[in-house]
Amino acid sequence: MPDPVLQVRDLEAGYGHVSVLRGVSLDVAAGEIVTIIGSNGAGKSTLMKAITGFLHLTGGTVTLDGRAITGTAPEKLVRRGLALVPEGRMLFGPMSVAENLALGAHTRTSATEIAQDLERVQALFPVLAERAAQPAATLSGGEQQMLAIGRALMSRPHVLLLDEPSLGLAPKVIADIFGVLDGLRAEGLGILLVEQDANLALKHADRGYVMRTGHVVLTGTAEELANNDDVRLIYLGAWHGNE
Amino acid sequence: MNSAELLQFVASGLQNGAVYALVALGFTLVYASTGIINFAQGEFFMLGGMLAVAGVRAGLPLPFAALASVVLTASIGLLFERVALRPRRDSGPTVLIIITIGGSMVMKSLARHAFGPNELSLPPFSPGVPIVFAGASIDRQVLWIWGLTIVAVVALTFLYSKTKLGRAMRACSLSHDAARLMGIDTARVVMISFGLAAALGALGGVAVAPLTQTAFDVGSRAGLKGFAAAILGGLGNPIAAVVGGLVLGLLESLSVAFISSTYKDAISLVVLLAVLFLRPQGLLGKSRREKV
Ligand SMILES: Nc1ncnc2c1ncn2[C@@H]1O[C@H](COP(=O)(O)OP(=O)(O)O)[C@@H](O)[C@H]1O
Ligand SMILES: [Mg+2]
Repeated sequence: MPDPVLQVRDLEAGYGHVSVLRGVSLDVAAGEIVTIIGSNGAGKSTLMKAITGFLHLTGGTVTLDGRAITGTAPEKLVRRGLALVPEGRMLFGPMSVAENLALGAHTRTSATEIAQDLERVQALFPVLAERAAQPAATLSGGEQQMLAIGRALMSRPHVLLLDEPSLGLAPKVIADIFGVLDGLRAEGLGILLVEQDANLALKHADRGYVMRTGHVVLTGTAEELANNDDVRLIYLGAWHGNE
Repeated sequence: MNSAELLQFVASGLQNGAVYALVALGFTLVYASTGIINFAQGEFFMLGGMLAVAGVRAGLPLPFAALASVVLTASIGLLFERVALRPRRDSGPTVLIIITIGGSMVMKSLARHAFGPNELSLPPFSPGVPIVFAGASIDRQVLWIWGLTIVAVVALTFLYSKTKLGRAMRACSLSHDAARLMGIDTARVVMISFGLAAALGALGGVAVAPLTQTAFDVGSRAGLKGFAAAILGGLGNPIAAVVGGLVLGLLESLSVAFISSTYKDAISLVVLLAVLFLRPQGLLGKSRREKV
């Protein structure tokens, strides 16, 4: 495997006195999609918040492009090249699609580069150009997810973290969004993808980690995980007959 | 009552209303970026007038003293946020609001020590006889108050809707976490809001001081009026604060015209309670803030 752009080692974090992550390690390299699967409450979103600096870390390290970012504030990590599409999207609802995208480029200074990236994002998600003037809150769920991803891309990240981008969306929209993620990987972006839908995640990912109660319990290539009996039984719903 | 008299009351209402609007804008800005009510807002109004008087007494030309007072008060606002509030920002709104009440007491007593207990006066910006318009006589200083309020509102609206800082401020007012995800330094935005709020309060204090005198203790009353105006407008956006201020000023003035001057100061309390009971989102507020 090439040098990882994102490296997480023995990460421990939680909420107040409740510890949730109990030593999580993972790597993401440029140009790969790495997925984290696990059931509800396994600690996937907590891991995202810990990596992006929203939680106080009680142990472990995070390295981005070879530099330690452990304990760095979220607003500074964006400048270092880390972007998160959070659970629930966290769009600025009353603000227009265009303004949401502009906010995604808040840390950037070159107007030319911002304009180029806006064009690129609008090419990936044409609906964002059509609805540029509309308040974000008036978009459909799928469009909102596209906006959240587009907004994150406007910071020109090296690593993109996504927390359950497929949640509540129609299969057609999910296919569009994951098609875009495949394309971004081909351009060399490192993607860390949290998904509850393990089937979907393993179809698109190169490698994966399975989380349970704050631990990584299993890791391997997407193919290995998809063929693992435990994964098939617990996360892929093999007892319903595999799709 | 003839139409000239009525016009006189309306002008007086809009004069006070403009000052309330400036103070209310300060409440609105801080509320937008922090979700708290800054009970020291009235003291920024007081400092505006007092520091301008002090500047004139120290020999500064009046325009320079007025400007210096606004700038100095803005710095006090920035410093107040940085020193008194930021260290406790994780303690929750109640603690922060109590700190603003404490800050207001400190500013008031420091002002009493520095400037004494007496009423002080600031010379008018443009000396001269009042201007007579349709039978009503309007003091030249009132035109200054209106002019400065309009300039402040236009500048603020421009800042809010057209600049990167303004966009970041609006993002912060919707969600600090989402704003931080964009790389916005929310602590800095909060501090700037306090600075702007202080500057607006001070502007009101400077502009009205030549008409009403000023003293170390004028902040509480100005704070109450500005707060009532902000609540009346709905604490939503700059325009709402201005509408709230003007409506409150007019209500007060018309109560003097049609009822009695005895109740003038009670109007803001009545308005405050009525809004909180009947229409907590204010005149222009939406019933709930939209969120995704
Ligand atoms: N804000 C919070 N405060 C306290 N506990 C939380 C909070 N968010 C999540 N948790 C707890 O942390 C654990 C992991 O949650 P989460 O990371 O959201 O799981 P997942 O994203 O895998 O569904 C759960 O037990 C959850 O109850
Ligand atoms: Mg989750």
